[in-house]
Amino acid sequence: MEKHISSQFDADLTGVSSRVLELGGLVESQTRHAVYALAQFSADVANQVIETERQVNTMEVEIDAELASIIARRQPTARDLRLLMAISKITGNLERVGDEADRIARMVKQILEQGNPRNLPSTELRVASDLASGLLRKSLDAFARLDVNTALEILKEDDLIDAEFNGFMRKLVTYMMEDPRTISASLDLLFVAKAIERIGDHAKNIAEFVIYVVKGADVRHTALADIESAVK
Amino acid sequence: MTAADTPTRNAIEIRNLDFYYGTFKGLKNINLDIAEGKVTAFIGPSGCGKSTLLRTLNRMYSLYPGQRAEGQINLHGQNILDAKQDLNLLRARVGMVFQKPTPFPMSIYDNIAFGVKLYENLSRSEMDERVEWALTKAAIWTEVKDKLGQSGLSLSGGQQQRLCIARTVAVKPSVILLDEPTSALDPISTAKVEELVHELKNDYTVAIVTHNMQQAARVSDYTAYMYLGELIEFGKTDQIFMKPTRQETEDYITGRFG
Repeated sequence: MEKHISSQFDADLTGVSSRVLELGGLVESQTRHAVYALAQFSADVANQVIETERQVNTMEVEIDAELASIIARRQPTARDLRLLMAISKITGNLERVGDEADRIARMVKQILEQGNPRNLPSTELRVASDLASGLLRKSLDAFARLDVNTALEILKEDDLIDAEFNGFMRKLVTYMMEDPRTISASLDLLFVAKAIERIGDHAKNIAEFVIYVVKGADVRHTALADIESAVK
Repeated sequence: MTAADTPTRNAIEIRNLDFYYGTFKGLKNINLDIAEGKVTAFIGPSGCGKSTLLRTLNRMYSLYPGQRAEGQINLHGQNILDAKQDLNLLRARVGMVFQKPTPFPMSIYDNIAFGVKLYENLSRSEMDERVEWALTKAAIWTEVKDKLGQSGLSLSGGQQQRLCIARTVAVKPSVILLDEPTSALDPISTAKVEELVHELKNDYTVAIVTHNMQQAARVSDYTAYMYLGELIEFGKTDQIFMKPTRQETEDYITGRFG
C-alpha cells in the first residue's frame, strides 16, 4: 500500500496499529497464563492473570482515545476508515478476551478453595485451550500482516473449538452423574470451558475485521461459503 | 436506506463528451448520468476537468473562442450542444454559482430582480413575492429583509454567496451548478451553504464541484472522481467513500495521491 502524502497520518495509523498488537500480545499471554493456572491449579499464576486485567482495560481506553483523535483530525475515508473502525472493534474483542482469561483465573481459584481439584477432567480442556490461544495468536498475526488467507483459515478452525467444547460438556455430565459431589466444581469447570470457547469466538471476530479492512466486505453473520466467494 | 437509493430519473445524460481548449483535449469521452433531484459531486485534483465538465453543462465555455465540446449532453432529453440551442434560455434552466461571490453592484433586491426581468414580465407585487421567495429559498431572507435597498456588496462573503444562490434560484432553473461554492467562505458560512444544498435538492438537480472531499461526502448523493480529463469512477457517495472500486479513487480520497 502506497504511503499517504501526510507522513504524520501514516505515523498515526502505524502507531495505533502497533498499540493494538501490543494489547493483543498482553491478552495472549494472559490467556496462556490462565490456561497454565488451570492445568497446574496454581493460585499464584491465577492471581497474576487477574492483576493484568487492569492493564488491559487501561490500554483499551487509551487506544479508543487515539482512534477518536485520528478520526477528528484526519477525516479518514475508504481503507483508512475501515482500518480505524476495525481497530476499534478488535480492541473491544481483545479486552473481552482479557475478561475471559480473568474469569478462568477466578474459577481456578474458586475450584482450589473447594478442594479436590485433581478429581476433575481439567486436563481434557488442554486441547481446546491450546486451539483457542493458537487462534488468538493467528488472528493477531493476520491483523499485523492484513492477511486475508490467514483470516479465512481462522474462520474455518473456530468450528474445531466448538466441537471440543461440546465433547467436554458431555464428559462433564458423566463425571457429575458418577459422583454428585463433583457437581459444584464441574459447573465451575463448565464456565471455564465456555470462556475458552468464547476466546475462540473473539479470535474469529478479529479475523472477520481483517477481511473487512482489506476487502471492504462486512462478513459478520455470514456463512463461510459466502465469505469465501466475497473475498475472491 | 439513503437518499441515493431511491429510484430516479436522469436530469442530464452525458454521452461520449469530448472537450477541447484549442488543440488540448480537456475532457475525454465522458459518459455520465446526473440524477434528477439529487446532488452529484465532482472531485479530483486540480486540472482533472471537473470544472470544465461543469461548464459544459450550461455551455459557459461558449463565451471563449477556441473552446468546443463534442458529443451529447441531453438535458431532459434535449441535446444542449445542438447549434440551435438558445443559450440564454439554457442558462435560465441551468443556473450556475461560482467560486467567488459575484453580486452585481446594485441593491440586494435588484440583484435578484435583474435576472428575473430578463425572462419574465412580472408586476411589482409579483416581483416582490419572487424576491422574497428566492431569498427565503437561499436561507438569507431573515438576514436581509430589512435592508433590501442596500448594496449587495455590503454583505459578508457568506451572505454574498447565498445572495448569488438566491439570484440563481430566482429564475426557477431545473439544474443548479455550483463551482467550488464555499472555497472562499469561513466554516459557518460553508455549513449554511451546505445546509442550503440539502434544501435545494428537494426542488432542483444539483451538480457541485469541490476540492473539499469531506464536503462532497457530506452533501452529495453521487460522486464522480475525475483525473486527467477522464471519468475514473462514478457511484453512490457512500460507496465511493467507504469502498471505491478503483485503486486511483482510493489513493486520491485517502490522501495517497501523488
